[in-house]
Amino acid sequence: MTKIQENFEVTKKINTTELTAKDFKTPLDVRWCAGCGDYSVLAQLQKLFPTLGIPKENFVVVSGIGCSSRFPYYVDVYGFHTMHGRALPVASGIKIANPDLSVWVITGDGDGMAIGGNHFIHAIRRNMDIKVLLLNNEIYSMTKGQYSPTSPQGLKTKSSPFGVIDYPFNPVALSLGSGATFVARTSYSNPKHLSYVLKRASEHKGIAFVEIYSNCVIFTDGIFDQWTDKNYMDENAIFIEDNQPLIFGKNKDKGIIIENFAPKIVDLNDPNVNRENLIVHNEKNQAIAQMIGSMSYDNDLPRPFGVFLDIEKPSYDFLINKQISDIVEKHGTGNIDELLKGSESWEIK
Amino acid sequence: MEKKVIIAHDVTVRFAGDSGDGMQLTGTLFSKNSGSIGTDVNTFPDYPSEIRPPVGTLYGVSAYQVHFGSKKMNTMGDKIDVLFAMNAASLKVNIPNLKDGAIIIVNADGFGTKNLNLAKYEQNPLTDGSLKGYEVHAINIPELMKEELSNLSLQVNQIDRTKNFFALGLAFWLFNQPLEHTIDWLKGKFGKKVEIFESNVRALKRGYRFGEESEGFSYRFEIPTAQMQKGFYRNITGNEASALGLVAASKKANLPLYLGSYPITPATEILHHLSGYKQYGVKILQAEDEIAGIASAIGAAYAGNLAATTTSGPGLSLKVESLGLAVIMELPLVIVDVQRAGPSTGMPTKPEQGDLLMALFGRHGEAPIPIIAAQSAVDCFYASYEASKIALKYMTPIIVLSDGYLAQGTEPWKVPTLDELPEIHFNLAKDVSTYQPYRRDPDTLAVEWSIPGMAGFEHQIGGLEKENITGIVTQDPKNHQLMVELRAKKIEGIVKDVPDAIIEGEQEGDILILGWGSSYGAIKNTFDKLTNMGHKLSFVHLRWLNPLPANLGEILSKFKRIFIPEMNLGQLKWIIQAKFLRETIGYYKVQGKPFTAIEIEDELLKLLNEKV
Repeated sequence: MTKIQENFEVTKKINTTELTAKDFKTPLDVRWCAGCGDYSVLAQLQKLFPTLGIPKENFVVVSGIGCSSRFPYYVDVYGFHTMHGRALPVASGIKIANPDLSVWVITGDGDGMAIGGNHFIHAIRRNMDIKVLLLNNEIYSMTKGQYSPTSPQGLKTKSSPFGVIDYPFNPVALSLGSGATFVARTSYSNPKHLSYVLKRASEHKGIAFVEIYSNCVIFTDGIFDQWTDKNYMDENAIFIEDNQPLIFGKNKDKGIIIENFAPKIVDLNDPNVNRENLIVHNEKNQAIAQMIGSMSYDNDLPRPFGVFLDIEKPSYDFLINKQISDIVEKHGTGNIDELLKGSESWEIK
Repeated sequence: MEKKVIIAHDVTVRFAGDSGDGMQLTGTLFSKNSGSIGTDVNTFPDYPSEIRPPVGTLYGVSAYQVHFGSKKMNTMGDKIDVLFAMNAASLKVNIPNLKDGAIIIVNADGFGTKNLNLAKYEQNPLTDGSLKGYEVHAINIPELMKEELSNLSLQVNQIDRTKNFFALGLAFWLFNQPLEHTIDWLKGKFGKKVEIFESNVRALKRGYRFGEESEGFSYRFEIPTAQMQKGFYRNITGNEASALGLVAASKKANLPLYLGSYPITPATEILHHLSGYKQYGVKILQAEDEIAGIASAIGAAYAGNLAATTTSGPGLSLKVESLGLAVIMELPLVIVDVQRAGPSTGMPTKPEQGDLLMALFGRHGEAPIPIIAAQSAVDCFYASYEASKIALKYMTPIIVLSDGYLAQGTEPWKVPTLDELPEIHFNLAKDVSTYQPYRRDPDTLAVEWSIPGMAGFEHQIGGLEKENITGIVTQDPKNHQLMVELRAKKIEGIVKDVPDAIIEGEQEGDILILGWGSSYGAIKNTFDKLTNMGHKLSFVHLRWLNPLPANLGEILSKFKRIFIPEMNLGQLKWIIQAKFLRETIGYYKVQGKPFTAIEIEDELLKLLNEKV
């Protein structure tokens, strides 16, 4: 047992009284703008943590830089506000050092998709057992309003007064392409769905990536309305569920089928449409996840929300510690004096 | 025939050939043998940065230099006494480094028309008289070996491959060294492949016998053994020593070792070695880039591991932002920078001391970091061990400066046991009721280490400036100044753990040589030589570059002239002048090559002759 492990034993709370959301709030005033979407995510996470059966001291919330990255200051667990874009490598080191920890990374579309893009794809590729919440507001808000890698083309911002000409990332498709084992999309505006998705992410062993639409009231207010506002969302958004056909619309009268290897909207009132042909979602199927995940980005299909993929694969932190324990089991713990001496030493007598 | 015996105390041998000729192995075995019979050894492998360069070319030459003798060797040797050259190209590139009258032993088979063309020789140097100033022995090794191995069913290329062991056997004869260690080694390596074992042993013996029987060799050398302390020895490179220093520190501290690293020449072998130490619980992340390497190490340090990252100049440039985070978070972290010639990609395999000022200042804001520079391959072990100790004691990132010369070069190391190494302490947070993230130990100013998993110590901190003691984010102007000053004071306070500088030679007087890092060997050799000749000189070598030893200012004040040789354009000189307001005399070499003792000697003699 290392000195640190001994210490964990000593400090382990004997009296594990039932925790509530209140236990996960710090005394600090939350300093986001009134009406910011991030409040909703914070509230749901504070509600979720006490239900997970994890000792409070085993939670770590890690963030990069940006509005959403202020998150750790407001959650009363171990919180580490790191550097712009670097939350994932820092979190990876934490998780490898101590795989018993429940590590949550809070990032944004600038932090995670631009400056931290490289770390994002590699942390996912390794299947680090980390929950990654990307609070997407499609703008750089902390630096006061420049377009981000998820801003839609044409958006006028301080750094694109004539409209954005960049093509945006689709974070869901990017994470799936990087080999994610859990991918979901939800929105600040739908607390019930948000809470459900966060719970699902927490149950996943391996990297869990959740894109969360979070409205910026200052710079991109209303940018998600077509998918999140009650008046429009029924026609423009689709909520996917495992083993269920893809159906949407206020009257549940539209469906998605595959035609020419591409998804297509069909009218379920049309007697010629066969409901048997509707795509049935399957969270274990990567091909379906990728197809649904790319919906709405280059076409008029509805924007999908829900869990795209949830598959199992050993995580990096598990494998690295297993490799060590396997080798130790096979060859025994190394004798440091022998290692220093090496295999080709000689003695001067 | 009776051969004359010449006693020699200091010899430099270089084994050179094509990249595929096995010269690295030959040199390694020769240096090991020389060490095991009690001479001191210092080596340097010199090979092309290309992996498999075209056969027979000038840029494909691979060499291994062994400097050995009956006193402390300190350097790889300035000029070559004995050159083994397996082909024309390897002769040509090494001629400028030969001593006058040096012995050249060539494989005559490597001087055919094709080889001469590839080496860009218009005439055969073996016959055109151009090697007149040397003692040349041309031996057709493959021909001799063909005869020697005629009763083994070997292919021509297999016979050809034994020529390095022939050369090794001849070298053993020339320096009167035993063959047994090498035969044992061959048995361990090829015991099961009987023909390979047999052919190499025969080559080794044939080479030895050649020396004995050939009339061309009228004398051999006898090297008296060096005064070595009793104990177990091994040859070690700086990079392996750095790796072992980190593992030893983690064992002593009883903390797991974490390495976050990205491959970069010439630091990569540290990653290689540590990757092999799984049995010792070492955790490695070969990261996606240099930034993730250090950032993950910061995460591991935060979570209670002894964390390290290893790199070279371009990588250190990328790690700068993370260093600032480690400073403000006050986390223990060891950064090993194996310096190479810069800027930019520069000369990746060549050493330089160009990163000193970057290590000292290369961060935004006031972000002091302690620095230790290793002075020899063996010292890389003690430097990374000591750095780990200081990082944990003071809760700080710390930079260890090595360079490409130390990284690749070897010397014998009297191996310590873990018990003999200094204790390592760290300060885990203990009392939940009074814990404050930025409360400091009054003696060291170190914050307490509270680690995720420790109940009751939950806190929220990061790269933003924090209130003293509580760690709550604040932009209070006076608090910022206080925190900047506290962080600086903590690093300055490390001076209590920095040994006083020791003056070799005159304790006061005219010239003080002030060195740092890998140039120790060359300076020390020069210093010993000149003082033995009766010159009055003094020498201080700095291992600690930040903080500097407490007595350095006083030492400097005792000398009229301060001479600072460096493999850069005067970075230590700059520090000394700024800190102590002293004029100094710099001497710079930025050629991607370490100083030779002769270069420093010439420079010092000039100074000695222009007495002030």
